Amino acid sequence: MSSYYFTIIGTKDAPIYELEFSSFKLSSHQIPGKSQFPPNIKEILPFITHSSLDLIEESQWSNNQYNLGKIDSFYGISINAFITQGNIKFVICYDNNSANSKYDESSIKQFFVEVNDLYVKVLMNPFYSVNDAITSPDFDLKVKLLARKYL
Amino acid sequence: MSEDLIIPSISSSVNKITISDTSKTGFGYNPAVGPSSNEITEDTSSILINKRTISLTPHSSNSILDRNLNKKVNEISLSSLSFLFCEIVNWCHKNSKGIQDLENRLNGLGYQIGQKFLELVKIREGVKYSKRETKIVEILQFIHSSMWKSMFGKIANELEKSQDLNNEYMIIDNLPIVSKFINVPKEYGNLNCSAFIAGIIEGALDSAGFFANVSAHSIPKDDNPLRTVFLIKFDESVILKEELRYT
Repeated sequence: MSSYYFTIIGTKDAPIYELEFSSFKLSSHQIPGKSQFPPNIKEILPFITHSSLDLIEESQWSNNQYNLGKIDSFYGISINAFITQGNIKFVICYDNNSANSKYDESSIKQFFVEVNDLYVKVLMNPFYSVNDAITSPDFDLKVKLLARKYL
Repeated sequence: MSEDLIIPSISSSVNKITISDTSKTGFGYNPAVGPSSNEITEDTSSILINKRTISLTPHSSNSILDRNLNKKVNEISLSSLSFLFCEIVNWCHKNSKGIQDLENRLNGLGYQIGQKFLELVKIREGVKYSKRETKIVEILQFIHSSMWKSMFGKIANELEKSQDLNNEYMIIDNLPIVSKFINVPKEYGNLNCSAFIAGIIEGALDSAGFFANVSAHSIPKDDNPLRTVFLIKFDESVILKEELRYT
């Protein structure tokens, strides 16, 4: 069972949405879905995400896929990224102690694709402009439902 | 956590100042408490597990997040579009100080549309099958064909590269739909209301990472009096990056 830290980064490298959760499958914890990062890791997650941005920008121009796959790892924490045509980056940090990482990769990709859909729906809102923080509770709930569905 | 500060007696109203440095959203790094992020709590967890529906807004069932992005787009009438655009130009004109200012305002209105529309068109193409555009020529072809088609129902007439300057490209439309019924008076000089479309192109290019300046110029030909050239000037850094990476 892994824990995940998901962030959406705007074009000015500022986070516009973040969520911390853990896999809902086979959860033995009394609150399913609550992230299990130890406090010392939890504290540096935003920094790990931020430091991966350089690598994302490097592969952004050499790779013409949306899903950049696993781009970095930091002491047992893997970082996967996805970038939209409009330069919005989706980054997810997770501790990969599960055996079948192939399965993980594809479900993270699915998750990214669906979040991209939701993001564009938010973007279509005339009261939202690029790089604003996403504070809609509806969006939050939808992302959490996707997290439960895919991860 | 809060602390009372000891303040010399100035007045009774300010002697109770507390340090509260919480962010607007309630998340982020608070030095007094440590990191606090958007987490799954006991309540949300049980909602997610039991799939209980909750109403977040009065019309939650009809929220924008439930709509389908790929819905077939209905065609709208040209006259209502022209009327709307006429009012836009009128409104910009009223607020502007001159011809240049008017063009800038139209450009600015188009810019936001370009930023958003780029993402929408890409989604409609299907993320699984389409590719991200990473080269100048590819993104220009995308704007020239796919994006133009979903905006105006046809592809733009020509896409050219300037012979003299290697950072200039041109998209040419023989009959821009928005200025079909616009007749610019002589005293307005070389005003072209397609500056709005130029703004859309600029917004799309900028947000895709190809920083550029786009302007609209009327260059009439005998059979196409409204022929408009959208001149795209890329930033030097974009050209340099392209040369370093792909040659």
